[in-house]
Amino acid sequence: MRDWRFWLAENRGTLVALAIFLVMFTIYVSNHPAGFTANVVNTAANKGVLLALVAMAQTMVVLTSGIDLSVGTIFVLCNCVASHLLLVSPLGTIFGLLVTLAVGALCGAINGVLVIFGRLQPIVATIATGAVYYGLALWLRPDPGVADDFNGDFCDLFTGKLAFGVPASLVALTGVVLIVWAPFSRSALGRAAYAVGSSELSAYMSGAPVKAAKFSVYVLAGLLAGIGGLYLTFLTQSGEASSANASSYTLFSIASVVLGGVSLFGGSGSAIGAIFGALAFRAIGDLLFVFNIEPLWQPLFQGVVLLASVSIGAARLVGVRNRLELFG
Amino acid sequence: MTSQNAPTAAAPSLLQRLDKAALAAFACVIVLLLAGSLYSSSFLSPEYLLQQLKVASFLGVVATGMMIVILLGQIDLSAPWVIAVGGMMSASAAAFGPFGPWINIPFGIGCGVALGLVNGVGVAYLRIPSMIVTLAVNAVAQGLMVVHTGGFSPQDSASPAMRFLATGEPVFGVPNALIVWGIVGLGAWFLLKRTTFGRAVYAIGNRERAAYLSGVDTQKVTLIAFALSGALSAFGGILLAGYASKAAQAMGDPYLLPAIASVVLGGASILGGRGTYLGTVAGVILVTLLQSILSVMQIPEAGRQIAYGLVILAMLLVYGRGDRLRT
Amino acid sequence: MHAASPLFAMEGVSKFYGGVRALEKADLVVLPGRVHAILGENGAGKSTLIKIMAGVVAPDEGRMTLSGETVAFASPVAAQAAGISCIFQELSLIPDLSVADNILINAPPTRLGLIDRARQRELAEAALAKAGASDIHPRTPVKDLPLSRRQLVEIAKALAREPRILILDEATSALAAADVAQVLNLLGRLRDEGLALLYISHRMHEIAEIADDCTIFRNGRNVASFKAGDKNDDEIVELMIGREYHSVFPPKPASRPDGERPALEVKDLAWNNRLKGISLTVGAGEIVGLGGLDGQGQRDLLLALFGALRGVAGEIRVGGEAVNVTSPRRAKSAAFGMALIPEDRKTEGLMLPMSIGDNLTFAALDRVSRSGVLDARAERAMIERSVQSLSIKISRAEAPVASLSGGNQQKVVIGKWLAAGPRIILLNDPTRGIDVGTKQEIYGLLRRLADSGAAIVFYSTDYAELIGCCDRVLVLYDGAVKRVLIGDEITEKALIASALNLGVGTEAVE
Repeated sequence: MRDWRFWLAENRGTLVALAIFLVMFTIYVSNHPAGFTANVVNTAANKGVLLALVAMAQTMVVLTSGIDLSVGTIFVLCNCVASHLLLVSPLGTIFGLLVTLAVGALCGAINGVLVIFGRLQPIVATIATGAVYYGLALWLRPDPGVADDFNGDFCDLFTGKLAFGVPASLVALTGVVLIVWAPFSRSALGRAAYAVGSSELSAYMSGAPVKAAKFSVYVLAGLLAGIGGLYLTFLTQSGEASSANASSYTLFSIASVVLGGVSLFGGSGSAIGAIFGALAFRAIGDLLFVFNIEPLWQPLFQGVVLLASVSIGAARLVGVRNRLELFG
Repeated sequence: MTSQNAPTAAAPSLLQRLDKAALAAFACVIVLLLAGSLYSSSFLSPEYLLQQLKVASFLGVVATGMMIVILLGQIDLSAPWVIAVGGMMSASAAAFGPFGPWINIPFGIGCGVALGLVNGVGVAYLRIPSMIVTLAVNAVAQGLMVVHTGGFSPQDSASPAMRFLATGEPVFGVPNALIVWGIVGLGAWFLLKRTTFGRAVYAIGNRERAAYLSGVDTQKVTLIAFALSGALSAFGGILLAGYASKAAQAMGDPYLLPAIASVVLGGASILGGRGTYLGTVAGVILVTLLQSILSVMQIPEAGRQIAYGLVILAMLLVYGRGDRLRT
Repeated sequence: MHAASPLFAMEGVSKFYGGVRALEKADLVVLPGRVHAILGENGAGKSTLIKIMAGVVAPDEGRMTLSGETVAFASPVAAQAAGISCIFQELSLIPDLSVADNILINAPPTRLGLIDRARQRELAEAALAKAGASDIHPRTPVKDLPLSRRQLVEIAKALAREPRILILDEATSALAAADVAQVLNLLGRLRDEGLALLYISHRMHEIAEIADDCTIFRNGRNVASFKAGDKNDDEIVELMIGREYHSVFPPKPASRPDGERPALEVKDLAWNNRLKGISLTVGAGEIVGLGGLDGQGQRDLLLALFGALRGVAGEIRVGGEAVNVTSPRRAKSAAFGMALIPEDRKTEGLMLPMSIGDNLTFAALDRVSRSGVLDARAERAMIERSVQSLSIKISRAEAPVASLSGGNQQKVVIGKWLAAGPRIILLNDPTRGIDVGTKQEIYGLLRRLADSGAAIVFYSTDYAELIGCCDRVLVLYDGAVKRVLIGDEITEKALIASALNLGVGTEAVE
């Protein structure tokens, strides 16, 4: 039965990420002063899901060997949009939800158009669009705030606990994976995205829908970052054009993607891996709190752990016999 | 097509040598100045221009290091906190014993070199993508500085030498900072264009495998490039600290994206292997001018960000586009 | 020519790249149920012709007709939809995807909008079987397959689309002899089923075996179309290169200087279970060939000698002294004086976007610089010398090397290394995909270099080259030297027999 071996090889990155996360989380929960309680898990889940969503967004673009440095700003922008529009009336709530998601998708579409038709390199195009999106967020919310008739109760639905203490955020995340990632990755368009990342020229010569695939990943990235922004609104129940958040979420999404076994060169990896990578990354941060490491030392610890974890991938080099393989 | 016989392997004409992208960037600079002068005539005054060049010098030093790394086909996202390290460590070292004011600047640069070497080892020998390694080193550098300053704003003052480099104007009113950038720039230009090291950098950025098989120690070249980038970022931080008379937390953060933008707007390919220093100079001036004009016009921060992004996009669309897949 | 009406025809098609005319008013007639071979030197326009037919590039002039109706292809997909399938020299496989994903990359079977994996696998297995590659598991990632298997997957992929016209552009260049026979068999079957086949190859014996019609291109024009067999090999080559064509190989020296210490000595070289105890010696002035099927260790041997492999066991002696070659940099250094002309000039030999001049001086920068600073005048002189001595056709040294034809690009690679004054020259299939004219020049060059004292190790997949150029040939099989052939012993029969590990005689391995 060789098929399971193929499945293992195909999903190796994701499985490793899952393993790392489980280890981190176990250490965290077993050392947390409050122990493995529903509240502890819920708080961790809420924060983790935020980064997981942005990491999923980043994965989409990285699959095509691009990079999206605007995911953090789309995240913040949608947070600001939602803080204005998520109003108490049912119609208002639905409208707010739809518009927020539409804004995210639109930002992604603009990125896509610039990369595909403008033929700009993703890294520089998204640096520039990131500035524009952040400017828009600032314009919407020069100071942190929230609409007067904001629908706070609706937000609580998504950030609390459901039956058996299962965090609502995890359920929502699973829903996003099922509705967005699973169909896409199994569709012809999704596969074309992998093809583009693996070898764009070969994909083109083989007749794969290169442009459509690239456009779809950027739109989905914007949408997912928008969902993340929505979730941030649920959590904080306010909107803030925080540049610190924008840049840190962008950079952490890249770290999560790498931890999640997605290749920055494109063509391999899965958004599910990136989710575990994000959760593991969050867990690292929380570990510091749990072990009572002085706040002063936390940033250094976080940086060293990040450096060490990405260096682990270098262990594969020990077995390399043909030096030419080192050079792409 | 016949082969050349006569030694008309003479150097190509000036027009052929000038990089088209650099020309475009300089053209944009002039357009910006003219547009700004419509708003206020003081935009074309020598005082204003000189001031802009002085401010551009700090970005210019950082962008020089960034350019070398980008030419290799890599990126250095550790610039923000290496800048901070340079500024903070040299300010602190200035107060360290009697020799402090003598060694503090080399010490600050040395710290930058050390961090750059970590980047270089990660990229060249461990083959980790530069985006990730430099991101991690940035986090580590931040962590180190937080511990060093105890989380507070750094209290050490910049040494007189630092202040002199950044703010002095001994030579006919030409700012020292500009002269410093000029020297650094000249050195970088020479390195890239007229040395075997520079030739190797371009080759590696184009095709590392072929460079390796041609007998180049590509790993060492990459290591040196990142060390240079670290040194220059730290030196930029030293100048900034001299300018403000002391270092500050997160002082390097506003310089990362402008440094990358400067290099790219100057015509260098973000994928490596292509680009001239003259282009980077144009890019630096362009970015500085843009930021300055936006702030003088007193446009609120939101509008400034949007304008900044739109202008960069516009310029990239003019001359930063890739090739079509189908010809 | 025939009663059957053309399935596909090109009339007056032209294509310009900048100032270069890749195709000029080219004509072509393709008939169903026949194998049509297309011959011509590199730069003659064959690849451009094929790319236009396959929809990869658009023609600037002329028209194409399919079954009598004018057609124009906006993209490769359009050409495929019209029934034209092309197998390119540079494979169009996606390394990170599986074989099945690759075969059905375009228009996979779907169910409810998602890819139907089970059905896809069925279709893939059928296509693989048709191409004679049933041993490949459909879920294997393509990057895990060796080059020869990948080419078979490429063929399966083309067949899966059930084309009416199948174009093969140097499709057998990476295949081992046994696989080539299989493919030619397959092509014969397809032809009998009514498929129209276009076959581009530099391998005359394959064309002789399979072709029904031949067309020769030169300088972007169709200079001759005839039935296979109407012209002999010499006539064909003359039409290709446009001038009289005599012997191919320069004469070999009658005797070799003896008694000197060999320039290069290798003893029991082993590596990673791919090299299993290889020993050889090469004297100054000798051209030693490496033969054998693809992938028996020849490439690895050259890389090991050049220092690109880690963990090499065994002894290497240069000029009598035992050495440790740890990197190409050391191999190149004056102490060892080695050079390697690598397998793939585009990714290993040249920096394509850089100028011709920069590429030519790149391996000898220490000779045109002092303490790391380049001397522009010395550089220009070196470039001048290389261009002259190798007759490289360029317009300006500042032009990117990507603008040159394949043969001239290879000359730049060779020129780059000769500028470093090597004493030991290793060549990894240097004439693959190169036109006849340049090949001849390279053969002459190698003999001249040997005569002036260089020791040359020459791996080639072309028997004629091994026979014509080499003083000795070592045939490798499974990482070890199977047989050593000296002088007149080097015959096609002996080469093939030992390549296939058929014991002919009881030659001891040196």
